[in-house]
Amino acid sequence: MTEQVKIAIVGSGPGGKSAAARAAQQGVSHVLLEASPQLSNTIFRYQKGKHVMAEPDALPLRSDVPFDAGSREAILEAWDKAMADCKVNIRFNAEVSKISQLNPGFELTCNDGHKVRAEYVILGIGLQGNLRKMGVPGEEAAFVQYQLDDPDEYESETIIVVGAGDAAIENAIALAKQNQVVIVNRRDEFARAKEGNLKLINRAIDDGLIECYYGSSPERVDELSVGRKPGRLILNTPKGRAQVLCDRIIARLGANPPRGFVESCGVEFPSKDPSAVPAISATYESNVKGLYIVGALGGYPLIKQAMNQGYEVVEYILGNTVEPADEPMLRAKFEKMPGFSTVAAALDRVQTSVPLLAQITPLQLREFMIDSEIRCPKPGSVIFKRNDYTNSFYSIVSGSVEVYLDDEGTRRLPLFPGEFFGEMSLISGRRRSATIVAGKDCVLVETPRRSMNKLINSVAAVKKLVDQCFMERAIRGRFGEDAAPELIKAVVASASLQQFRAGETLFNEGEEGDSLHLVRVGSLTISRTIGGREVVLSYVPAGNYVGEMALLGESKRTATARAAVKSETIRIERDAFQRLVEASPTLKLKLQMEYKQRTAQNISMQAAGSGGDVISFLVGQGLGEATDVLLIDEALCVRCDNCEKACAETHKGTSRLDREAGPTFANVHVPTSCRHCEHPHCMKDCPPDAIHRAPNGEVYIADNCIGCGNCQRNCPYGVIHMSAKKTKKPGLIQWLLFGAGPGPGEAPYDKATASEKKAVKCDMCKDLPGGAACVRACPTGAALRISPEDLPQYAFARR
Amino acid sequence: MHQTILNHGGYRYFWAAVVLCLGALAAYIWHDPVGVPNGGSWLGYTLGTIGALLILWLLWFGIRKRRYKSNTGSVAGWLSGHVYLGTSLILITLLHCGFQFGWNIHTYAFVLMLVVIFSGFFGVYAYLRYPTLMTQNRQNNTRTSMLQEIAEIDQACLQLADTVDKNIHDAVLQSIQRTKLGGGVWSQLTAKDASDDALSKLKQAVAGDEQASSGSETMVMMVDYLASTTSKKNENLRRLIDLLARKRTLATRVARDVQLQALMEIWLYVHVPLSLGLLAALTAHIISVFFYW
Repeated sequence: MTEQVKIAIVGSGPGGKSAAARAAQQGVSHVLLEASPQLSNTIFRYQKGKHVMAEPDALPLRSDVPFDAGSREAILEAWDKAMADCKVNIRFNAEVSKISQLNPGFELTCNDGHKVRAEYVILGIGLQGNLRKMGVPGEEAAFVQYQLDDPDEYESETIIVVGAGDAAIENAIALAKQNQVVIVNRRDEFARAKEGNLKLINRAIDDGLIECYYGSSPERVDELSVGRKPGRLILNTPKGRAQVLCDRIIARLGANPPRGFVESCGVEFPSKDPSAVPAISATYESNVKGLYIVGALGGYPLIKQAMNQGYEVVEYILGNTVEPADEPMLRAKFEKMPGFSTVAAALDRVQTSVPLLAQITPLQLREFMIDSEIRCPKPGSVIFKRNDYTNSFYSIVSGSVEVYLDDEGTRRLPLFPGEFFGEMSLISGRRRSATIVAGKDCVLVETPRRSMNKLINSVAAVKKLVDQCFMERAIRGRFGEDAAPELIKAVVASASLQQFRAGETLFNEGEEGDSLHLVRVGSLTISRTIGGREVVLSYVPAGNYVGEMALLGESKRTATARAAVKSETIRIERDAFQRLVEASPTLKLKLQMEYKQRTAQNISMQAAGSGGDVISFLVGQGLGEATDVLLIDEALCVRCDNCEKACAETHKGTSRLDREAGPTFANVHVPTSCRHCEHPHCMKDCPPDAIHRAPNGEVYIADNCIGCGNCQRNCPYGVIHMSAKKTKKPGLIQWLLFGAGPGPGEAPYDKATASEKKAVKCDMCKDLPGGAACVRACPTGAALRISPEDLPQYAFARR
Repeated sequence: MHQTILNHGGYRYFWAAVVLCLGALAAYIWHDPVGVPNGGSWLGYTLGTIGALLILWLLWFGIRKRRYKSNTGSVAGWLSGHVYLGTSLILITLLHCGFQFGWNIHTYAFVLMLVVIFSGFFGVYAYLRYPTLMTQNRQNNTRTSMLQEIAEIDQACLQLADTVDKNIHDAVLQSIQRTKLGGGVWSQLTAKDASDDALSKLKQAVAGDEQASSGSETMVMMVDYLASTTSKKNENLRRLIDLLARKRTLATRVARDVQLQALMEIWLYVHVPLSLGLLAALTAHIISVFFYW
């Protein structure tokens, strides 16, 4: 039989559900096709009691279905009720297997043979798709499952978790609390997992909490009728066949991406990248006329966005114009802009005047603008200062700015509409390389680091433009002071970006020198082999170059350059560079001066003996990516822990540093405390974007932290803690005389009454006028903070 | 880059103390009091006031150290000043009293002050000497990790001893029960560690030898015992000896660590209470002086 409707909605996730409710309210004939037996299967499958967030906070909800942050249960209940109230025509267990285009309209075929003819189709199938099965005999046995709702449901069982992704690891770790867990990994390591999960699972395996079969794959599952266990899993291991008796098998093998299905409907994807989403218009229409895409499949993974889109898309189909839900937010931003009329015009103005943004879709642009701010600085005002640690990105919409390349402002460079600035600090994670002063009628778009990185990583054209500009400016800034523009152009044309893993060599001592490297991200160490042993002579942070001398006089490399951390360099070829140097005697002189200085430094370090060992020790401790690190001289440290106490006392009772932990070399101790990395690992995956860098370089966590613990897991140095709110402490005299409450340096909290936890970390006491309390509270002068630039000097002093 | 409490700020407080002392000395030499130099002359009062204020300032260090948000200098600077200016007090007070002593509250306050200052000297020595020794002794471990390893070795030893012989098991169990690190002030300071005793007990159990002897002989005895047992037991006993030796190294190291920490702290138990006593004696001294004026 064939059902005839105006709108067919595929998938009852937030987007699909909201669209169906809107269609029902508008009295349009519709059907909502859902593959599972319940609404919003993805959210239904969340862990029990999970708190669902309503991000982005500022975005108003526009839907006939309510949604507010709350527990999974409360949200699902509200949705079920709303769907019933709206009298939505839902068909459960109706997995759509085929959508064919008729002219006009579409025919949808369900797995159960049911057919629907519709004028319009709204795809809201998300990215979850079909769960992958094990693909072995017995995969459907009663004790085999492919999802885990509530790990606390199981107790004292032997559970085999199959898979090596984040879901498998998270399940295994949660289950290991009260069960015996075996994890089966097809590979030799957990390569696909997030760094935090990787650390957790490796620790659990090392501690013997979880048993792991590496390089093993399931061969078959047997149901057993005798014995204490209901089943067993036969595994192919590198050492042969193995059998594991178990109560339960939980296979988390990911989902089949819906791409194949979506493409079979005629929808095109812009790139081969597996994370790519189909391009859609401002009205959510795909390249197939009449087929609309909402939610995660269209690139909008947040619940609220999807729900708003569901509402809007039905209105668009009905030919109504609706103001997008984010319109008021955008209007508030654009109103500052001189000559503002409508949001659409303003968006158009931004996109046409900034070529960088010409490549992105209208919806991406809206999102980009919601994250960004419009700035209209007065002429002559400073936008950012050289050596600040800020890392936002600016595009010039109109007017101009002046770039002051040195502190005196003698070397200036104007930038005009369409150009952008701030990319240096964004990419290198280091201080601003220039001061920017606003010119006349200046209108700028300021974009925070996270949104800009997201754009760079998702749109290849944007990345290419930014990289090209970075190379040009870096080369011009370093070597092009008074060189002819065409020579610089030739150097830029010869340049390429090169990436290095931590510890990888750029070039070896004694090799023929064919290129020069300008460090763009990360840092390098310079070493020589002396007496058969590699001795580190110096440390090269981002923004500096290496290997120039082999291009000038000597042809052989005089030292080995190695990436201290994951690094990226601009590689400049020999010929173009030589032409540039020959044409510019001042540049040659400058290079020779710098070379002389560097050689003198290296020789003194070589003579210093163990100084180089201190550098290699500290680089080994991750200082290569640090901007400011706490070091303790153990020859002076009397272990009084006043540093920890001071930290706790100035930060609501939790010390953010662990003095005793951490390695020591030649009396230099690296305690467990934040290094304020150039590219902070903690910032990587922060849902509310609560981690920021202050202008002086401090990486800190703002109050909107939701306590998810991602940063704690992502930090490779273990310096972030989850901490409950602390009670107030009594004054010194009250404590001393009357014993009222915990005293100075004592733990102030009562674990039983601890409230919700939030992430805490070192903020270098940015709110205290005197600077870091740990250093100022050290009675013996053992504690010290240094930045890696001072590393050679420090090492020299420690020889 | 790192500075000690002695050379902090380019010996700033050393020079301040030298200037203070030389000034006081010059005034003392230049001054021609009525009769012998004493606390009752104007210079005596002046030096007494300076001394009393210095003592109050030195005592304030205890509060400044705990004012973690304070922005008045760094604690290291305060401590450097504390050391040098505290030392200068000896001369200031001697000149203040004109070297007059007796069996009275005044001299009592002076003696208390000297005990406080000299205990402080030990503190300076301890702060400069022991941290390096402590680092060397720890060999990149923390105390907790060493204690954890000892606990793990204990477990492993018991399991191994189970497979060898009941006597050995008893001896190992006793050894574990007797391993006591830290404890009272005396055992902390003397780094007494009972694992040696336990080892000799073990030796007795192994060899049936009633005579106590040193730890290295324990090993010899166990080696003897090795020759007389079966190969499986043999191997386990070998491993047991290795473990016990490792444990002894660790236990000695922890005891030494505790000892060094105790040495760095013990003087404070004299320095701080007596400085409060000094404050009381000083108050009595000043009141009595004005009372009998």
